[in-house]
Amino acid sequence: MTVNMGPQHPSTHGVLRLVLELDGETVHSAAPTIGYLHTGIEKTAEQKKWQQVIPLVERMDYLSAQSNSMAFCMSVERLLGVEIPERVKNIRILLAELQRINSHLVWLGTHGMEVGAVSVMLYCFRERELLLNINEMIAGFRLFPSYIRVGGLREDLPRGFHDAVRAFLERMPGKVDEYEDLLTKNEIYLKRTQGVGVVSKDDAVAWGLLGPIARAAGVDYDVRKVFPYLGYETYDFSVPTQSQGDVYSRYKIRVAEMRESMKICRQALERITPRGVYAIADPKITPPPKDRVYTEMEALIQHFLIYSQGFTVPAGEAYVPVEGPRGEQGFYVISDGTNRPWRVKSRAPSLLACQALEKLIVGGLIADVIAVIGSIDVVMGDVDR
Amino acid sequence: MDAAALVASLQQAVPEAALETVPSVDLHPTIYASRDHLPAVARALRDAADLKFAFLAELTVADYWPREPRFEVVYIMVSLVHRTRLRMKVRLSGADAHLATVSGIWPAANWLEREVWDLFGIVFDGHPDPRRLLMPEDWEGFPLRKDSPVQIRRPPHTTEPLQVTAEEFRQNLERDRLSRHE
Repeated sequence: MTVNMGPQHPSTHGVLRLVLELDGETVHSAAPTIGYLHTGIEKTAEQKKWQQVIPLVERMDYLSAQSNSMAFCMSVERLLGVEIPERVKNIRILLAELQRINSHLVWLGTHGMEVGAVSVMLYCFRERELLLNINEMIAGFRLFPSYIRVGGLREDLPRGFHDAVRAFLERMPGKVDEYEDLLTKNEIYLKRTQGVGVVSKDDAVAWGLLGPIARAAGVDYDVRKVFPYLGYETYDFSVPTQSQGDVYSRYKIRVAEMRESMKICRQALERITPRGVYAIADPKITPPPKDRVYTEMEALIQHFLIYSQGFTVPAGEAYVPVEGPRGEQGFYVISDGTNRPWRVKSRAPSLLACQALEKLIVGGLIADVIAVIGSIDVVMGDVDR
Repeated sequence: MDAAALVASLQQAVPEAALETVPSVDLHPTIYASRDHLPAVARALRDAADLKFAFLAELTVADYWPREPRFEVVYIMVSLVHRTRLRMKVRLSGADAHLATVSGIWPAANWLEREVWDLFGIVFDGHPDPRRLLMPEDWEGFPLRKDSPVQIRRPPHTTEPLQVTAEEFRQNLERDRLSRHE
């Protein structure tokens, strides 16, 4: 029997279409169809100036928005050849780790709800509210802050930022214990997730799946440890790995990653002063503060030039890999020396996870399809771009 | 391992391949390979003991129209064993845009090559499943090419014929609106 798990389905994590061939409850073959969320972001980015691309790329992987914009800004900064101030690096690390916790909370909530533990959803979203409030505090937007810009940040940290993050970090470990209480030793959850959707070590690498999926299978690869960026080598954190490669291992890895991210956040918060430098001092890239624009002629000219024609990036190409919540991501950016990108290509970990989905669900039961889709954590915005 | 050592090792594994290095600003040594011996080069990159680039991170294309050679296919790969990365590029001309598939060597390349065919129109010889990935199946043209327009205005497209003409539809709406206002 051929069954369509259509693009509109509560459990496909977005608009993913699976045409399943079933024999009773067992899946014989699966054909995923993607492209329902394709909006041509890469083509649009070629028409925009460099700073204007940042809101576009944030919307690709909409659950790890600041990871995306950070990866893009790092590639452009590599082409520009600028060195970011130490304080900005620490703030970026803090925001990236908070974004990782944010993304994993959504994953845990939706995955738990799909498998049947419906209350996990509201528990996770309650903590996510605090993170979205922090986003709103720094930039005014909850989901897509556009706070990380080429050359640093949009503006300095607001008053009350340290207190808000500290309050969140005090509250969170107890809450993660609560989530674990609900699921980790839950017999129903264990029965539904152990031995389901197994990925072997070699398969994870062959199918290009680096990230929590490969770490659950035993591949010890985390971009933050192997190709460190932004000063991650000076932070004290560990990378959890498991060896079974099934849905339960991926669950354990992501919960452990949330705890490690909190560790990194605490260390980063110590290093960040409440006020200080927030961008490089280059007048062609960083806009001047608004009070100077209203009073000084040079600042007004500088503001006008930046917002009308933007800055030019030397010709060349760069790809800086970043550890996003779904695995290695990065932006392959080609510049032709003008104020617009020539090509922006996003390395989407979710696209390769979707490709591997076919092989993971064949042979399993139809209930396992839901558990597997939840565990590989696809975000269709990243798949389709 | 820098670009020169990589090329030396690769040249030893595949003597007839034409390779050249170019400078790069990020942590990827960049080499250009010709498309003729691409499967052999790819296999050597994955299997040779001092290379072991088992993980293909990215497979994409840059369109440099109107410059010739028009396309540059870019492969970004990672060696987990040696903790290095590599960017390999293959130049293709616009009139003759096809090259061998590497999906037999890195299974991750399957959908990545489908996406390249879909958006750029580059044919991968020997690909097991050459269909469009992101665009609808009946789309004509290759959107990400530089000579393809950014905005297209088309009349709405339906897969089944409409049951009424446009005039009848307007009259239906009008009759419906009037009946509701009584």
